[in-house]
Amino acid sequence: MLRRVRIVLWVACAIPLLALGAVGILEITQRNGGVEALPGAGIGGPFKLASSTGGELSSDELKGKPFVVFFGFTRCPEICPTTVSDISTWLDALGPDGKEIKALFISIDPERDDVASLKDYLSSFNDRIIGLTGTPDQIAAVAKEYRVFYAKHPLKDGDYTMDHSAVIYLMDRQGKLAGTLSYGDQTSDALAKLKRLLGSA
Amino acid sequence: MTRFFAAAITAVPTLIGALTLASMPQSAAAFAGAPAPLRAALADPFRQAAMEAAEFQAGSLRIKAPWMRATPKGAAVAGGYLSITNAGPEPDRLVSVASDVAGSVEVHEMKMSGGVMTMRPVADSLEIRPGATLELKPGGYHIMFSQLRHGLSEGDKVKATLTFEKAGKVEIEFAVGGLAATGAGQMNHKM
Repeated sequence: MLRRVRIVLWVACAIPLLALGAVGILEITQRNGGVEALPGAGIGGPFKLASSTGGELSSDELKGKPFVVFFGFTRCPEICPTTVSDISTWLDALGPDGKEIKALFISIDPERDDVASLKDYLSSFNDRIIGLTGTPDQIAAVAKEYRVFYAKHPLKDGDYTMDHSAVIYLMDRQGKLAGTLSYGDQTSDALAKLKRLLGSA
Repeated sequence: MTRFFAAAITAVPTLIGALTLASMPQSAAAFAGAPAPLRAALADPFRQAAMEAAEFQAGSLRIKAPWMRATPKGAAVAGGYLSITNAGPEPDRLVSVASDVAGSVEVHEMKMSGGVMTMRPVADSLEIRPGATLELKPGGYHIMFSQLRHGLSEGDKVKATLTFEKAGKVEIEFAVGGLAATGAGQMNHKM
C-alpha cells in the first residue's frame, strides 16, 4: 500500500518536471532555429534569398569565402545609404586583393524592397555588394540567424519606417562571425579588419 | 520506482538549463557592438574635402551650409542637413520645411541605441534659443525628404522653404554632395 502511494507520488512529481523540460527544449529550438543560443557565438546560418544579381543566392555558394553582411532597407535616409557607400568605398580600396569578398545587403523591408529596386539602388555602388530580399518569413528567419532586430514603425498617411540593427558582420571562410564594423567607422580601421578577414584561413 | 527517480533527477537540471537559455536576450542588442562615434568619420583622412559654406538669413537666424547626399538610384528618401544660429534675443522655432523635390518633408531624429537604429519625426517643432546653434547633422536631427520626385546627383542644388515661428519663411538651397559625403561642399570621397 505504502509502496503504491510512493510510486504515485513520484509519478506525480516527475511528469510535470519532464513536461516542463520538454517544453523548454522545444521553445529554445524554435527560437533559435536549432542554433546555439550563446551571445556572439552562432551568428549566421543557412539562407537562400532572392538576389539583385538574378536568381537566388544560397549561403552554400559563399562557403570557403569571407563575406560581409548587413541589414537595412532602401527607404532609409541615412544609415543604410551611408553604410552601403562605406562598404563600397572599402571594397574599392581593397582593390583586386579583396575580390573574393562579397557584401550582402539584406532587406528587412521585404514588402517594399523587391529585387528590381535593390538592383537599381545598388547599381550606384561597388558591384560586389549584393542585395537580398525574400518573403517576410524568409527575412524573419535570416534575421533571427544573425540576431538582427527589426521592427516596423508607423508614420503618418499609412507610411512606415523600420527600426533595425545597424551592425556590419564580417563572416570568415567557415561562415563564422570573425568581427563587426559599424556605421561611421574609420576607413583605415575597416580596411585593416577586412584585410585580416581575407588573410584568415 | 528507480526509473521515476532517475527521470525526476534528469528533468530538474534540464528544466533549469532550459529556463536559463530561454531567458537570454534574443535581439541583436545583446551582441551588436556599440556604434563608433560619428564624429570619427569627420576626422577620417579618406573623407577630407574643401568646405563651401552657403549661408542664408531669416531675421536674426543664420542658416549655414545646407547639404544633402546624392541618392542611390531609385531611392525614395533623402536626408538634409544644416545648422541654424540664433543671433537675436528671442527664441524661435523651426515650424516646417517644404520642397518641390519631395512629396513630404519633415524634421526627423535618428538615434542609435544598443546597435539598433531608430528614426522618428520630431514630436514638436525644434527650438533655437538666443545665442544657440541648432545642428541638423548625420546621426541626429535631419530633414527627411520622402516620396522623392527624382534622384539627387552630386552637384545638384535642392531648393526648400524653411518656416520659422517668428522669423517667417526663408528660401534656402541644399548643395548635393557625393553618396558618402559627411558635410557641406563635399565631393564624392570614393577613390
